[in-house]
Amino acid sequence: MRLQKNTSLALYSVLEFAADPSRHIPAAEIAAKYQVSPHHLAKVLSELARSGIVESARGVGGGYRFAGNVRRITLMDIIHLFEDFSTPPAERREPSDLTPIGMGLGVVLNEIDEIAKATLGSITLATMLRMIERQQRAETGAARAAGPERASTRRREVRAEGSA
Amino acid sequence: MTTDSLPADASGGAARRRVGKKEEQAGRVAATTIAVRAVRRTDLEQVIEIDAVVTGLEKSGYWRSIFQRYGDGERPERRFLVAEADGRVVGFIIGEVRDWEFGAPPCGWVFAIDVKPEYRLDGVATQMLQALCAGLRRSGVRKLRTILARDNKLVLSFFRSQGMTTGPFIPLEMDLDA
Repeated sequence: MRLQKNTSLALYSVLEFAADPSRHIPAAEIAAKYQVSPHHLAKVLSELARSGIVESARGVGGGYRFAGNVRRITLMDIIHLFEDFSTPPAERREPSDLTPIGMGLGVVLNEIDEIAKATLGSITLATMLRMIERQQRAETGAARAAGPERASTRRREVRAEGSA
Repeated sequence: MTTDSLPADASGGAARRRVGKKEEQAGRVAATTIAVRAVRRTDLEQVIEIDAVVTGLEKSGYWRSIFQRYGDGERPERRFLVAEADGRVVGFIIGEVRDWEFGAPPCGWVFAIDVKPEYRLDGVATQMLQALCAGLRRSGVRKLRTILARDNKLVLSFFRSQGMTTGPFIPLEMDLDA
């Protein structure tokens, strides 16, 4: 399963909003953080607002805010807003897809897609936010653990330079 | 099922806590105490009833054989626990230690979990899973596994919320033609 750019951007945005639901986050802040065009992002946010997942506020302190339920909305719910997973009609498929080999490979690729969809459909935003938090904690812990080691390696390097 | 965080006091044996505000909002009696304990023979009818409500199928024979295998309490590697509230069974969980399947080291395995619909969304399943994990740890395993249908989003989401992820195994099946 390959996600379109809009879909990835929607996932990043929703998770940013859901992480701090009380705050209106300006679209420009998200655009700058993920280095995307504000115009491109505006289209994505507009679709999310139409679906009721975020709500917008104009004026000073305006922006977008999370308006859904983090324990009910899954990653797949967001993805579905931007992707069409229905099987394309025969006339829109590549000729090779309709050969016996193409159809056999299609079965395998479909198997992979179904697993991906089930995974994305089982991960709520709340679960995802916890995973992100755990990931951050693990990285912070690893950096702390690596700190003294890096420092002692540097000390050894300095001593070696001095004695050379 | 719930995505609530684990209650601080959930541990092996009889884990207890107070049920909070959400029950009041749902019209239930406030401050119900939930206790997780080993199943008793007298619980069996209530377990069968919960399963019948959730699955739409009454499988009395199946549950009696499960009770014989997992509910006798004589094998610590097999655990059949229930959650009790207001003197009634409101949920159950069953798991065991599975040994050396296809060369994999022993692991904990959970293969049944259910909560009465009116008691969901308040951490009952979380508390039962925590108690099951504590028991499995005491049996010496350090990994918990399960297998579920892809479309069972309710239970899949619950296990995901508890930190479970896709493991290193792939489920396979085939038709057994007559």
